[in-house]
Amino acid sequence: MSVTLARPRSGPAHRPGPPPAPWWRGRRAQGWWYAMPTALIVSVLFVAPLALVVWMSLHRWPLLGPARFNAPDNYIKIADNPLFLDAVTFTLKYTVLTTILLSGLALGLALLVQERRPGVGFFRTAFFLPGAVGFAAAALLFYGMLNNDFGPIDPILQTLGITDEPVKWIGTPDMALFSTIGLVLWRFAGFNMLILLTGLQAIPAEVYEAARTDGASRLQIFTRITLPLLRPTIALMLILSVTGSLLAFDQFFVFTNGGPDNSTVSMVMVVYRDAFFRFDLGGAAALSVVLLVALVLLNVLQMRVLRGRGR
Amino acid sequence: MRYYTTVSALAVLFLFPLLWSGWASLEDPGSYLEMARYGEGVGVYAANSVLVSAMTVTGTLVVSSLGGYAFARFDFPGKNLLFLVTLAILMVPYATILIPLYVLLGVIGLQNSLVGLALVFVMFQLPFALFMMRNAFEAVPRELEEAALVDGCGTFRAFRRILLRAVRPALITVGLFAFLASWNDFFAPLILLNDGANFTLPVAVVSMTQQTFGAIHYGMLQAGVMTMAVPCLILFLVLQRHYVRGFMSGALRG
Repeated sequence: MSVTLARPRSGPAHRPGPPPAPWWRGRRAQGWWYAMPTALIVSVLFVAPLALVVWMSLHRWPLLGPARFNAPDNYIKIADNPLFLDAVTFTLKYTVLTTILLSGLALGLALLVQERRPGVGFFRTAFFLPGAVGFAAAALLFYGMLNNDFGPIDPILQTLGITDEPVKWIGTPDMALFSTIGLVLWRFAGFNMLILLTGLQAIPAEVYEAARTDGASRLQIFTRITLPLLRPTIALMLILSVTGSLLAFDQFFVFTNGGPDNSTVSMVMVVYRDAFFRFDLGGAAALSVVLLVALVLLNVLQMRVLRGRGR
Repeated sequence: MRYYTTVSALAVLFLFPLLWSGWASLEDPGSYLEMARYGEGVGVYAANSVLVSAMTVTGTLVVSSLGGYAFARFDFPGKNLLFLVTLAILMVPYATILIPLYVLLGVIGLQNSLVGLALVFVMFQLPFALFMMRNAFEAVPRELEEAALVDGCGTFRAFRRILLRAVRPALITVGLFAFLASWNDFFAPLILLNDGANFTLPVAVVSMTQQTFGAIHYGMLQAGVMTMAVPCLILFLVLQRHYVRGFMSGALRG
């Protein structure tokens, strides 16, 4: 007692430590308690299903009735699934087209609204607003807008003299693909613009000024400064766009319903049909495992190519 | 001047579909009444959507704020592993995880249940939400809670009384993202719900369109689209700043 009192008071006040806690209330354990809900959700709803999907892919697993081990039949069957093979080709084509057009449009929009000037906030909001609408709702909206009987687009185009008769927006395979891409551009351009804007704003203004003093042209500034410094952001946008397009479902299910003639069936649509129309959950699980492996590999590869050299 | 002509033309292109849909749905207000009577009645579907979104937002906020606190302030065994596994959710295709979830939720008695659906949404929100909340808690000065701890508060009381208030902006962002995702999602309810009375708005309105295929009343279609879109548009316009901030801190991680 007296020793404590005799301590000089100039030092920092020494706080009495808390009494030693039982193990379940110690600091490490407390951390565990707070992280417990996260751990529960992640293990029950993510890790367990991930293990289950692999397990299911090794079985004949009908929607109803008992499962039976049949590995590797579900995987071999994929090679004779013409609908899936067609879907792979179609989805890749859709992914390439969408990614190129979407990145180009988003970059254009971002450059347009990059600088602060009067009214620019309004335009940013206008470009982004479609992104707040749900994708299924957006697909229905386009379905109505491009409908030949009551949609407004055909009359407008005819009034302007661009077309003579109603366009078969989703009536032919090519038109269905392009209309879908139009829908995706409308819904996601603002979203990607926002990603690019965050990257553009991270480029210091001095870099531009220095280039301008050195007499660089606008094109030179864009190709020599903006693009290289934007590279990590562009990489992120490309990865998101490629991943999202490869897993496309809503747009084709709602907007074209896979038609005409199964020409717009995406890979995920085949997974869905196998599971819930052909009642073959095992086959659908095998397809999803293939999809998962392909996607992880692709992401790793993309990150290597796009970011490895950029840094 | 050329600049403003270009951006204005583009803005018209982007806004036109929304404006047309809103106008077309109001042209004949009867279409809202017609839609209201469709199937179980649009009130039921809207109530389902509200319920699922409310559960998702609450669940995401509770789980991610507790988890974010744990990751920002505590050390415990398995911490890094849990964080990595949570982020891995982003890498897995939607379909890959929903097919087994359909089976798994059946096993634990949550098949065709709005609670089960909300839990799945919480899981999908976790990578972003946990990341946001961890960063938000890390940004709070430690002195703030230490003072409370010294005053004899337990860590939970310090968390509830002091820290939660300090991270309120992050909570709003996380809640907004959770709402938009759960309100708008189409694929998860399509797979996990199979009883018409349990459908959320997107699934109900899409099946309404596809069942009346060809003979679709276009006013009714647009009324459905607007019922889904208007809450999101309003929320987005009001909370735009929070949305963009979440975007910057969340998306730039890549």
